[in-house]
Amino acid sequence: MTTEAQPRTSPEIGGMGHSVKRKEDPRFIRGQGEYIEDVNLPGQLWLDIVRSPYAHATIKSIDASEALKVPGVAAVVTGKDLEGYKLHWMPTLAGDMQMVLPVDTVMYQSQEVAAVIATSRYAAADGVAAVLVDYEPLPVVIDPHKAMEPGAFVLRPDRGPDKANNHIWHWESGDEAATDAAMAAAEVRVSEDIYIPRIHVASIETCGCVADWDPVRQQLTLHMTTQAPHAIRTVLALVAAGAGLPISEQNIRVKTHDIGGGFGGKVPVYPGYVLAVAASFLTGTPVKWIEDRSENLQADSFARDYHIHAELGATKDGRITSLKVKTLADHGYSDAAADPSKFPAGLFNVITGSYDFPNAFVEVDGVYTNKPPGGVAYRCSFRVTEAVHAIERMVDILAHEIGKDPARLRMENFIQPEQFPYKTPTGWSYDSGNYPAALQKALDMIGYDDLRKEQAEKRARGELMGIGISSFTEIVGAGPSHDFDILGIKMFDSCEIRVHPTGKVLARLGVQSQGQGHETTFAQIIAEELGFPVADIKIEEGDTDTAPYGLGTYASRSTPVAGAATAVAARKIRDKARKLAAHLLEASEEDLEWEPGKFSVKGSPDRFKTIQEIAFAAYTNHPAGMEAGLEAVDYYDPPNLTFPFGSYICVVDIDKGTGQVHVRRFVAIDDCGNIINPMIVDGQIHGGLTMGLAPALYEQITYDELGNNQAGTFMDYLLPTAVETPAWEVGKTTTPSPHHPIGAKGVGESATVGAPPAIANAVVDALWHLGVRNIDIPITPQKVWAILHEKGITAR
Amino acid sequence: MTTQHITVTVNGEAHEADVEPRLLLVHLLRDTFGLTGTHVGCDTSHCGACTVHIDGQSAKSCTVLAVQADGHDVKTIEGMADGANLHPLQQAFWDQHGLQCGFCTPGMIMQAAWLLGENPAPSEEEIRVGISGNLCRCTGYVNIVKAIQQAAGEMQAAAETQTGTPVAAG
Repeated sequence: MTTEAQPRTSPEIGGMGHSVKRKEDPRFIRGQGEYIEDVNLPGQLWLDIVRSPYAHATIKSIDASEALKVPGVAAVVTGKDLEGYKLHWMPTLAGDMQMVLPVDTVMYQSQEVAAVIATSRYAAADGVAAVLVDYEPLPVVIDPHKAMEPGAFVLRPDRGPDKANNHIWHWESGDEAATDAAMAAAEVRVSEDIYIPRIHVASIETCGCVADWDPVRQQLTLHMTTQAPHAIRTVLALVAAGAGLPISEQNIRVKTHDIGGGFGGKVPVYPGYVLAVAASFLTGTPVKWIEDRSENLQADSFARDYHIHAELGATKDGRITSLKVKTLADHGYSDAAADPSKFPAGLFNVITGSYDFPNAFVEVDGVYTNKPPGGVAYRCSFRVTEAVHAIERMVDILAHEIGKDPARLRMENFIQPEQFPYKTPTGWSYDSGNYPAALQKALDMIGYDDLRKEQAEKRARGELMGIGISSFTEIVGAGPSHDFDILGIKMFDSCEIRVHPTGKVLARLGVQSQGQGHETTFAQIIAEELGFPVADIKIEEGDTDTAPYGLGTYASRSTPVAGAATAVAARKIRDKARKLAAHLLEASEEDLEWEPGKFSVKGSPDRFKTIQEIAFAAYTNHPAGMEAGLEAVDYYDPPNLTFPFGSYICVVDIDKGTGQVHVRRFVAIDDCGNIINPMIVDGQIHGGLTMGLAPALYEQITYDELGNNQAGTFMDYLLPTAVETPAWEVGKTTTPSPHHPIGAKGVGESATVGAPPAIANAVVDALWHLGVRNIDIPITPQKVWAILHEKGITAR
Repeated sequence: MTTQHITVTVNGEAHEADVEPRLLLVHLLRDTFGLTGTHVGCDTSHCGACTVHIDGQSAKSCTVLAVQADGHDVKTIEGMADGANLHPLQQAFWDQHGLQCGFCTPGMIMQAAWLLGENPAPSEEEIRVGISGNLCRCTGYVNIVKAIQQAAGEMQAAAETQTGTPVAAG
């Protein structure tokens, strides 16, 4: 751990380490942001969607005749219409297929069945209500365990003639034989079934687009809420080529606007987008589709839904020796994960966590059910949250089982600072870390010893108080090209910087902010590297006609990948600026010294040229043989992932009468390497913690046996309000990434990954003495009350 | 479909429109009047992104019909700043990093403005309860609470300067 460095630049320049106020905020606080629903084009039509009331059914007929009589309705599009263009199926980012509209079978409740195009949103909704669909219900497969049983209804015969079951794929990692041997030899073994429920990101802005096909120019402009505009452009080009449509990639422009939260839910290609494009193509007018909240919660891709069985082996004094994990992954009717091709279960094998032990074996089986496509992110794309929850729950169960304090057991098993780079038994190479320092800081900050004394006193009085720890290791920044691609496209990212003659800067990136503050933080990286004031630097993202190609923002990859590209591109500009300065100062390049904002001649500090003077010279006075201008682009291929980490401690009080869990305190110590903007990092952690609290205590999408979604509105799907959310207490340690150009690691998802097990561990800690070993999240009052009732503990 | 003629004052300016009786106020503001600062985040009046003031009262404009606003005075986020001068709440949300994606922000500021009108010096708990009908998915509320505290302090100080007497704490 290093102590937090003082900023190298002045506040006026505002480079790394300054809490620069956000450049994007003036428009948002005035209500002048431009979100997708704010985009209106002349003559646009509205698209609304007929959805299935059944989770699994044959479509016997669709009668649109009444709908077409509704004033304002222009057209009704069905799967049979799309089939003519081979547009009824489309690829998912995981390489599976999903329906745009069904020709004969619906696979989940709320699936798209037909699209109505009309002159207004109200007319389109009237048209939807008037479309008559005749369904014949089919057997429903909801439980993924039953889906894997012999004789289960086979949901995806389209996967090929040999597809006689609902198994999608098997994936494994680690050494099974060595793990089995170590487990057999272990003095202590603990095992548990842990379910990580299906949840939904529910960004406050839903999804939508305005598709604008210009038949004369053969140009498609797609305004949309996407986290990955370039990937969308390429997918559209491939789909269009497959359909034989005259839409080719140079004539496709994907344009994002301001995005009202993404968290991974705006990575996939949803049928609504393709329908809007198809409708615009058919009508020759712009077509707008904005989903409502119920559609968003019932039909968009989901996260998690992992049924985990974990077993941990250890010595009798608590040294972990082995971990074995078997998991069933419910993907719904299509695998729509945005995982890299080689990693169908994401980076789930980071499940060995922050601990030093030699043997691990992890296997995951994907399975189809009659639910919407699953496997996208909930502020964590790549199954890290599932992994962290499992290992942190298991470590706590082990500690309680052998009667050792959970903090001490963690300290005794941590990978030590001198062991980095650390090779895990499942093959990852952790770049840097100091786990004991982060946990110790958290213990000190919360006053751990006093809390344990208070807990003992309260327990003696019959009160229920618990303390839970989570010491997580994250894995972000996908990713190195040798291992990471989406549909074959390598997971690099990019930045192009142009310095104008007057010393002002425009930079464009391949990523896409959804609230992370890229317009500020990427400007700060350029300010740090080149010394231009942050106020003079404009950041643009999300226009595929102008931004360099990149894979987008998810999986906490913007800073690790595009942030690195920004620093490297800026350094390329600095290299050229040095040559220009040498020319202007009539000195050799080697005799020049750089400090943020100027080159000076060594030993003659009064002989210098500012970066602004150099920029002007690049257009007005460049030496013979040098190209004019001052621009650079970098496509950064990271050498490794980055591994942020942290230690969280949660204190809960449980109401014996209602089973309500009250989070009294929550201390979060995070280490995300070097920090660009401390204010923004704190904000990311506050938000991430709240999206960790949410699935720990409140949020879950459940289905009844007929496949009816039981959490289809905010009445049933409970987002935390300011009342449930505690006043988060945050702190930092700083361990730079050794391979990242600015030593940064990424932070957006850390807290969402790390928080749930701290909360669950605290609740179980409060109840362990009653014989409680595990409660699956979300830990609702009903679940806790039922346990207390069963144990004969009540209070009125 | 038949329409009804309405007159609504929005941010101090009288607007007239012929609207279907089923048209929601939020769609009147956004689609008819072009005031897109008021957002829609849910269908069930849980998220508060559409919060505006009607005759000074906080209201979720996705659950009010446009015809119900006939003859009434509506204030939206676009009416909060005085030209280049931000409202103290707008300034405080910026200063305290009380927003990230910005989508809930207009509704959150309108709700906070109503809250401070009712209670000029709220405690942290009163602020949290006061904004509990407005969901934010990005910030974890910590900095929103700080922003409202900052604005409350500044608005109280300004009120004291204006009247020369301290304003009683609520």
